Amino acid sequence: MGEASLAKSLLLALPLWFLVARALPARLPWLARAALGAAAGWAAALAVTLVVPSGLMAYLVSFAIVGSIYAVLALGLNVQWGYTGLFNIGIAAFFALGAFTSALVTTSMPSGAAAAFSQQAFGLGAPFLAGVLAAGAAAGLLALLVGGPTLRLREDYLAIATIGIAELVRLVFQNERWLANGPQPLRGIPQPLACLVRDAGCGWLPAPLAALFDPLAPRDYPYVYLAIATLFVIVVYLVLERAIRSPWGRVLRAVREDEAAAAMVGKNVARVRLQAFVVGAVIMGLGGALYAHYMIAIDYTHFDALYATFLVWVMLMLGGSGNNRGAILGAFALWGVWTGAAFVVDLARPLLAAISSDLPARGPYLRLLLIALLMLFILLYRPKGLIGEERFVSRDSQGQDG
Amino acid sequence: MARALARRAVGPRPSARLRRVLGSRTALVALLALLLLTLWWLAASQGVTGQRLLSLAVRGALLGGILALGAIGLTLIFGVLRIPNFAHGDLMTWGAYLALFGLTLLPAGPPLAPFSFGAELLVLLVLVMPLVGLTGYLLDRLVFRRLRARRAPSVILAMAALGGAFLLRSVIYLGWGADFRNFYTGRPRPAVELFAGIRVRPDQLFILGLALLLIFLVYLLLERTKMGKAMRATADNADLARISGIDTESVIRWTWLIGGGLAGAGGVMFALDTQLRPEMGWWLMLPLFSSVILGTIGHAYGALLGALVIGVVWQMSTAFLNPAYGPGVAFVVLILVLLFRPQGIFGKPGGT
Repeated sequence: MGEASLAKSLLLALPLWFLVARALPARLPWLARAALGAAAGWAAALAVTLVVPSGLMAYLVSFAIVGSIYAVLALGLNVQWGYTGLFNIGIAAFFALGAFTSALVTTSMPSGAAAAFSQQAFGLGAPFLAGVLAAGAAAGLLALLVGGPTLRLREDYLAIATIGIAELVRLVFQNERWLANGPQPLRGIPQPLACLVRDAGCGWLPAPLAALFDPLAPRDYPYVYLAIATLFVIVVYLVLERAIRSPWGRVLRAVREDEAAAAMVGKNVARVRLQAFVVGAVIMGLGGALYAHYMIAIDYTHFDALYATFLVWVMLMLGGSGNNRGAILGAFALWGVWTGAAFVVDLARPLLAAISSDLPARGPYLRLLLIALLMLFILLYRPKGLIGEERFVSRDSQGQDG
Repeated sequence: MARALARRAVGPRPSARLRRVLGSRTALVALLALLLLTLWWLAASQGVTGQRLLSLAVRGALLGGILALGAIGLTLIFGVLRIPNFAHGDLMTWGAYLALFGLTLLPAGPPLAPFSFGAELLVLLVLVMPLVGLTGYLLDRLVFRRLRARRAPSVILAMAALGGAFLLRSVIYLGWGADFRNFYTGRPRPAVELFAGIRVRPDQLFILGLALLLIFLVYLLLERTKMGKAMRATADNADLARISGIDTESVIRWTWLIGGGLAGAGGVMFALDTQLRPEMGWWLMLPLFSSVILGTIGHAYGALLGALVIGVVWQMSTAFLNPAYGPGVAFVVLILVLLFRPQGIFGKPGGT
């Protein structure tokens, strides 16, 4: 037990390390921040693993994994909407395409008895990272195809076209059996680094490290995946923060604020918008890959407009469009509201039953009502979301105007 | 400067000239005709008989009638109020479920001769239409009006409409669950021969007749009444309309009542033709928006024409494609229009 806690806390320490190191004042040298962050993050992780009962811990870990996946999607949407003002309501298309691409690239063709009831167009059996890259590339390519004809037109046309592409992608994965097992789930998507929790261990790992992870049992795998998922969020976040503070990021905002002015100073508005659309879609594709390898089995029903598009929109708006930290915060906060509301609805069962005998079974839809009301509330009364947009993204411009 | 003068002397660049030709109304009509011919040829090459294709085209026109009820309201709201109303499909669903609710309250009469429904459905239709219109107007009062006052851009209005769509759908889920429903269960709905072996159900003829009647009423309203004139003027130029003393508030009210009412009727008709599902309106959004853009935003007859084209293309594609792809075919039409003539068939050049 004790040794397993050590391994678990090491896996949990990664996101906490990052959080602490970011929270420390920027005056400190980065090495000191990293060291302090590592120490404090690991101490906190160890305390959490030792104190929180394992059942609750397993729940929290799976919550954080899904939260991280949504955070990646919200970060992708933030590039498109938050920074460039592109109205994409077909997140589901890029999410689904990423998920299915990564699944097809990493699984092997079904053989023997499985081939009789499971079909797929190809199965390369490639490693996880290859699947992730392919997912990003496929989603980016789709964005290029959709964005090309629509981004130069009025902004609401993009919304309609993205609804269309989301529908089309869903229809294809629902009806084409040969492609990814059609209406049946595509199963057996490999879990990355699963060898850490298996008895045999990872061959390539140095012996002392392997010994450290040895106590982990297969049911502890979510801890490993949480480390991977949070690493994704951190990397995407850092890359985006860097990009937004670059000249490219400033052009994005210029295009959003005043297209004509941006064109006047010689920026190719259409190309900039297409770039932002593709970058956002690539990130959504990565989120899809992350989702597929967590779920192990996926089918078209996972990618409907509610879960894959609407929730992500409310997340970004809740956290604050135009702010990457807001996107991450919104993702976790709304996912917390969404899962928490399930408990509340469960508690309210007797009350619902008193109103109508049909209502308890339909209770989960109360959550949808709640989220829709929340979205309208944010739009009307708090358009900035929880944190709102950062006023200055470039260090040089600070204190000069405004 | 010199280059510009030289350009004027020799006329527009060849690429610009080509673009202008491709973007003309004639080219769009030719393109759509070509699309239909391609569909016909694809179906014929798979051994589908001409008679079956013809009957699919007739059924497409019937479907187009239903779509037109939704599309006309959508184009009016889009053109007059500048709201890309992503809640329009769900307003249609809302109308269908309101009628379903009404059926449980009213006594069920005997079916009216060849049709599968009784007089109670006609009564409900008359009740449901203003109710759906009021729902839309309520949404406007509570949400859109405040955003308009803030001069919010049209994407924010679109987002609010999306929120409204999910709000409506959650109410439908709570009230009726997620299952398929029918207005009437266990009533036979035989098809009758219309002409030349083309078979349709009497219900579908009723639907087409009702759609044509409602569209004619909208035509009268837009062309013959002062309110219709005000609406057209607002669609044309909202600011100019306001300074010429048009009562914007009543234009808004009437646009929602008419657009919502038509959507309600369309929803009831679509449900009568197929069945009720909470997601049915969401799935209709793509064909609806395609019709609206094909027929030019704010153009009621354009929307009717667009809906007929989309309906026919949708049905004819089922001759050789999985019928599930119908809305996807509408998407193909949309992309063609956006590529060649984004302002739609009746739009002015450079009008987007």
